[in-house]
Amino acid sequence: MLNKYPLWKTLMVFFIVAIGALYALPNLYGEDPAVQVSGLRGVEADNQMFEAVKADLTKENIKYSKIELENGQILIKFFDTENQIHARDLLHAKYKKKYSIALNLTPATPEWLAAIGGTPMKLGLDLSGGVSFLMEVNMKEAIAKAHQGMVGDFRNELRNEKIRYRSVKEVTTSDGQGAVKIIFRKPEDLAKAESLLKKRYRDFVFTAKDDDLSLTAKMTEQKLKETREYALQQNITIIRNRVNELGVAEPLVQRQGKKHIVIELPGVQDTAKAKEILNATATIEFKMVDQEGDLASALNGRVPASSQLLYDRNGKPTLVKKRVMLTGDHIVDANSGFDEYSRPQVNITLDSVGGSKFSNATKNNIGKPMATVFIEYKATDKKDPQGNLIFEKHEEIISVATIQARLGKKFRITGSDSVQEAHNLALLLRAGALIAPISIVEERTVGPTLGAENVQLGFQAILLGFGLVFIFMLIYYKAFGVVANVALLANLVLIVGIMSMIPGATLTLPGMAGIVLTVGMAVDANVLIFERIREEIREGKSIQQAIHQGYDAAFSSILDANITTLIAALILFAIGAGPIKGFAVTLSIGILTSMFTSVVVSRTIVNLVWGGKRLEKISI
Amino acid sequence: MQIFKGKETIAFMSYRKVALAFSIILMLASLTSLAINKLNFGLDFTGGTLIEVGFEQAADLNKIREVMDKNGFDDAVVQFYGSSRDVVIRLGQREDVKAEMLGNQVLKVLQEGTGENVDMRRIEFVGASVGDELTEQGGLAMLTALICILVYVAFRFEWRFALGSVFALFHDVLLTLGLFSFLGLEFDLTVLAAILAVIGYSLNDTIVVSDRIRENFRKIRNTSPSDIIDISLTQTLSRTFITSITTLLVLAALFFKGGALIHGFATALLFGVFVGTYSSIYVASAVALALGISREDLIPEVIEKEGADQEQMLP
Repeated sequence: MLNKYPLWKTLMVFFIVAIGALYALPNLYGEDPAVQVSGLRGVEADNQMFEAVKADLTKENIKYSKIELENGQILIKFFDTENQIHARDLLHAKYKKKYSIALNLTPATPEWLAAIGGTPMKLGLDLSGGVSFLMEVNMKEAIAKAHQGMVGDFRNELRNEKIRYRSVKEVTTSDGQGAVKIIFRKPEDLAKAESLLKKRYRDFVFTAKDDDLSLTAKMTEQKLKETREYALQQNITIIRNRVNELGVAEPLVQRQGKKHIVIELPGVQDTAKAKEILNATATIEFKMVDQEGDLASALNGRVPASSQLLYDRNGKPTLVKKRVMLTGDHIVDANSGFDEYSRPQVNITLDSVGGSKFSNATKNNIGKPMATVFIEYKATDKKDPQGNLIFEKHEEIISVATIQARLGKKFRITGSDSVQEAHNLALLLRAGALIAPISIVEERTVGPTLGAENVQLGFQAILLGFGLVFIFMLIYYKAFGVVANVALLANLVLIVGIMSMIPGATLTLPGMAGIVLTVGMAVDANVLIFERIREEIREGKSIQQAIHQGYDAAFSSILDANITTLIAALILFAIGAGPIKGFAVTLSIGILTSMFTSVVVSRTIVNLVWGGKRLEKISI
Repeated sequence: MQIFKGKETIAFMSYRKVALAFSIILMLASLTSLAINKLNFGLDFTGGTLIEVGFEQAADLNKIREVMDKNGFDDAVVQFYGSSRDVVIRLGQREDVKAEMLGNQVLKVLQEGTGENVDMRRIEFVGASVGDELTEQGGLAMLTALICILVYVAFRFEWRFALGSVFALFHDVLLTLGLFSFLGLEFDLTVLAAILAVIGYSLNDTIVVSDRIRENFRKIRNTSPSDIIDISLTQTLSRTFITSITTLLVLAALFFKGGALIHGFATALLFGVFVGTYSSIYVASAVALALGISREDLIPEVIEKEGADQEQMLP
């Protein structure tokens, strides 16, 4: 009985643990204060900007430890927060129009470690402080909008082919999905239209009914899925833009499930501003003011069929035409400034389609008032039978301005009350118009003191838990207890190392609890093995044989037990969000590493220390 | 050091009727408590707003309640959280459209009303739809976990063991839920995570025992199933206790040091580990025995070469 591993196997085990230790190392270094300069609206920081920033810092005598240009962002590291704040204020004042300047903390990982990809673990919001939002996309509205688009398309098609129809409109269906219904006057028209549309719109299912001469177009499952996916993706893109406008370092915008978007803004404490920008899923519509209609009778409920009654912020009513001249999705850029009388204004640039549309719409209306309607979708707490949130449409007139000339690609809206209001309006316009409205359905804010406290508490719990288990194992198993403890340490190092290596893994407070729990459960494998060894010795086997048998016989139990726990952890990972996911991640990683350390690492040590010798007694 | 010498077989199974009665009483009590008291669902499930604030000195709850009442938040539930300087304020769902703006409003009201420096520690807002979804998903997760485990154990062992261990898991989960309902402890997402961890832990225990039972059925002949189970339980008793002790040690560390946020988590696990240890001895094995587990059920299986990936020993 030798119980010897070949040299390569021993070395391999040491090598794996050493790699884990290497990647766990960056966590021991602290963080440096830094300032991050990133461009707004697709602008990228270039070499010229880089040199300019460098010159500014030197001129103001602000000391920095490092400045680098990477991925269109400039990152400046400082020795202390004083210089960091100073630099932020300076750069913000100078470049705020085109760049967002954010305070940041960057890991103080030494260069040689960073060069091999070493980074510290990412801390979750419950540890770092900050705010997270969960937003829900209103899919019903997204599909309704797609249908509205189809109504226009179908009309065009039929008109171009000179097929006469009675009406084309969006209808509701019993399954809540909705459809577009075309009604004809003659059966020949119905037949012609059916063959035409069927050929051109393959992602719709057409059903012709002869009794009322109607043709109903329903989206295929595939098209429905695509529409939803598109609405979600577009929202994510737009939210990314908006989040960038907020100037937060390392924000996270990620989809979750079929209709939710998670937004995490580390370090943000004033959530009101963030929410205003994120939550106001605004779009703009330009409409003509109805000058013929009688406002007084409209206020009494007799609104002309082609018009609607809208109010401005102060409750002043205006009668506007229902027809939309232009929608916000043609807006390319919008920014605030001042007109020649130093009043705040918003300058708007349209895309070329929007420009020609708007030019056509305004050419016959010069001298007439046009209303800019701000539309916001806000979630209510009510739900429809399908369990989706009901969104309310809020329309508000933000300006009524007289069209001075035929408007083209560039024009401006005056009449904002304050610089701030003009600025906010511009921000919302610029960030784009959303197809499907979204709303915040969950929000969690963690203050910086609580975050720091959580880190401390987590570490204390881990240390205490470790200490207690260490002492217990030492008393109970003596020399083999030391082996189990070394394996346990290796386990912790590997967990931290792997957590640091996986880019998406974040450490949360429940995650720390997961590590603590793994510590308690990881010794289980060693307990199983050691108890088995004791048993074998009692049965009169030689020491070497007992060790071998102990490891061998316990292995199948260990494997089964860990796989089943892993099943529970994976299910937790699949359903959980945020902090709970963190728990599932550390638990899963812990299970895998503990199998390795308690079986392979401990065996390696046992073999090195006791293997190959003739032993009469053993300290177990 | 050794706690159990393991020389004499303890006749566990002769007490199984008593244990069965005990378990059934506890399960019925849990069900009753769940029916009457219900679970005190946390914000994650019910939706609403929660604000945790820190005061510089011990906070006066009555004063805070007064301030909240005066400002129209008469449904506010004000409680200490962890220490007398930390206060948690809970608000239900509101009709206001800007429900998510509540947190900041309350903070302002508190600062003005109490005239003290109030430190915002945490604000959580959860919409009603999210809560409903979560309740559904949470239940689904638990069910999926139980089924997956049932399938795995049935595949690796035998259906009687699988049913026994899943019944034990069900027993543990039910008792833990019962405890939370009986004591009125808040049931939030971390507790749900803890219960899934309890499932993992309890199963771990059960499998070790089942593994030994299977091994002994193969090794020891001409012994009744009940005796085989007794022998196996006695052999693994030492390990069962030591693992429970180390796990309880770390959980105690979490319970006392981990802070108020994971108190519920630690409580659920502490209790779950107790119950899990008991159930792996009495519930899982007793159910397998009651279902008529026998040598023949386990023998036809091809015996795996355990530790096949380990290096061969030299003579």
